[in-house]
Amino acid sequence: MLKKILTILLALTMAGMALAGCGPTPGPVEIKIGVNAELTGGIPVVGASCKNAATMAVAEVNDAGGLEVGGTKYKVTLFVQDNEDKAESSAAVAQKLITQNNVLAIVGANASRNAIPAAAIAEDAKVPMISPWSTNPKTTEGKKYVFRAAFIDPFQGRVVAKFAMDQLKAKKAAVLYDVASEYNKGIAEFFKKTFEEAGGQVVSFETYTTGDKDFSSQLTKIKNAGPDVLFLPNYYSEVPLQVQQAHKLGLTIPVVGSDSWGSEELIKLGGKDMEGLFFSTHYAPDIAAPVAKKFIDSYKAKYGSTPDDVAALTYDSFGLLFQAIKSAGKLDRQAVRDALAKIPSYEGVTGKMQFKEGSGDPIKSAVILQIKEGKFTYFSTAAP
Amino acid sequence: MLRRVLESLSLTDSFMWLTGGAIVAVIVVGSAATLSMGRYSGRHWFDFIIFGLAQGSIYALIALGYTMVYGILRMINFAHSEIFMSGPYTACYVAMALSRSGFLESQPILSLAVIFIVAMAVSTVIAVLLERIAYRPLRTAPRLVPLITAIGASFFLQYTFRGLYGSGFQAYPDIRMLQGAWLLGPLRILKIQVVVILAAALMMAGLYLFIQRTRIGKAIRAVSEDKEIAALMGIDVDGMIVRTFVIGGMSAGAAGVLYALMYRQVHFFMGFIPGIKAFTAAVLGGIGNIPGAMLGGVFLGLFESLGPNLFLDGLGVPSPNQLKDAIAFIMLVMVLIFRPTGILGERLAEKKA
Repeated sequence: MLKKILTILLALTMAGMALAGCGPTPGPVEIKIGVNAELTGGIPVVGASCKNAATMAVAEVNDAGGLEVGGTKYKVTLFVQDNEDKAESSAAVAQKLITQNNVLAIVGANASRNAIPAAAIAEDAKVPMISPWSTNPKTTEGKKYVFRAAFIDPFQGRVVAKFAMDQLKAKKAAVLYDVASEYNKGIAEFFKKTFEEAGGQVVSFETYTTGDKDFSSQLTKIKNAGPDVLFLPNYYSEVPLQVQQAHKLGLTIPVVGSDSWGSEELIKLGGKDMEGLFFSTHYAPDIAAPVAKKFIDSYKAKYGSTPDDVAALTYDSFGLLFQAIKSAGKLDRQAVRDALAKIPSYEGVTGKMQFKEGSGDPIKSAVILQIKEGKFTYFSTAAP
Repeated sequence: MLRRVLESLSLTDSFMWLTGGAIVAVIVVGSAATLSMGRYSGRHWFDFIIFGLAQGSIYALIALGYTMVYGILRMINFAHSEIFMSGPYTACYVAMALSRSGFLESQPILSLAVIFIVAMAVSTVIAVLLERIAYRPLRTAPRLVPLITAIGASFFLQYTFRGLYGSGFQAYPDIRMLQGAWLLGPLRILKIQVVVILAAALMMAGLYLFIQRTRIGKAIRAVSEDKEIAALMGIDVDGMIVRTFVIGGMSAGAAGVLYALMYRQVHFFMGFIPGIKAFTAAVLGGIGNIPGAMLGGVFLGLFESLGPNLFLDGLGVPSPNQLKDAIAFIMLVMVLIFRPTGILGERLAEKKA
């Protein structure tokens, strides 16, 4: 009896397989995109902004009936995974998205310390990856499948160094950075190089490691060295502590920062100690172009807060990816990668960007913001 | 005599002593070089010491919880860092509400009292529940079982609080009374550091008297010496264990508020590093020994604050502060080489060996 049932089942299965085999091959009915985000860990706001903007970008496409590729409209499905802001989890998430969820492309990770290991996985598996926010050159260096929506640190370091010299008239600078994090280390070194090349002097180059809460001995040394400006290329959760402790020690020189500052949490955590400080970043919500205006308004309506740079860059990453999929004309990782590599010009929320074959880094400009009355306010633009 | 000593030395022993000697040599040479360089004035050293004391007294308060639970149950309560986190994290919302209503501004002392009470109450409740649910059913299980349970409980609590309050950082509001500094002649002391040191010292003195002078304290000591005999003497063993967790929870909650007032940030993962450091402090002082935990905490805080600048600056190590944790743990290794039972661990070794 059991044997009979088994035989019938087997026959049915085989028939089914045969049927599936003939007929026209039904291609994938959806476009799967993975998001590798820092939802928990040291910089949870980055992950939240990334997830929000990704959800919004995908909802916009799906509400319009889906993405049209080669004459067919496909719905986009999102797989959001948490990398806990850890390098090893980020690599594991990338691997999981590729092998288990079988995604067409990955957006994220955001922080360079997570994006660099994830990029190695994506490159090996030949899956296109776009990091919205990673600015360390190593993320895309020597890789064919990895792209980013942000500018890179040598450029940013130059922008901040020039700003400190020209606008703040600084001759002597001090730097305090997290030596255990790729982004902070990279940009601190680029800043030092440009500042010294331009005739300035870096009088103090101090370090700490991720998670430290006390910087008083480093700041004491910095104060002794007598700099005109202090550069803190660190993440938003640590910068307020550093600025507050500097003020407590009576160190009141101007402080400048980099795009890792660009979260409203910075002001929430730092309060009035942050007033008047400058940092370089990707876009300024208060002087937005029409494309950006539309994005900012719908983001505000949906999530109740002004989108930060991570949200804007994630939205742009999806914009780039959708454009690449459309121009590839098929749902194929290689074709999408080739299309991404030669996007001639893309008008995004964070400004105009273009890619050249042979590099995953876009050519785009940076802005300097100032914190005024608890708000990020546009100060100046630095062209590439 | 000398030959007997040499014969009794094994290879590992001599290796350890050599390592210890080398570290001592580095410390002496480094400190001499730094001091002769004269890069830091007396005022700077004073700042480093005060900061080290403040940090150390927080470690000491947390270490009390580790050491008392170890003393009474012979287990390391790895979830203690979450007991430390739960109180101030919850009290942060109270503090923010007080700040919004303006009460914090008009009645800072009363508000601080409310914040402390809420934090200590939450930490205590968590500690007692932990004992009741996670540890008591395992009282007779092999020693590794409660240890693993403690690690599990630690994760459970971390992610419960993450679920409750989200994964973001929260800022403690400004308390104007605690800002700024006092001037003592040429010296400048931050008010908050003075408050932290005094509050911690007061609490530790109170606890010490409680353990040494009261009937309950005596009973707790009796239970930690020998549970069976204590039970035969009519002491409620379970009750004393609960009281130990209550004391540990209260001091962790208070330490948490002091920590949050100093750094003004709370986060669901904030307990991990201070917890590890406090555990180190407890071992440093001799685990199971209450004055030892206090001493170990202060010792560790001072070394973390003074160590990098005093030992390494003179040797020309660039930016030595990143080696702060390495120095703290090398100190632990040093103490364990020369005094395997910790600074005050001798009596413990005799009693419990």
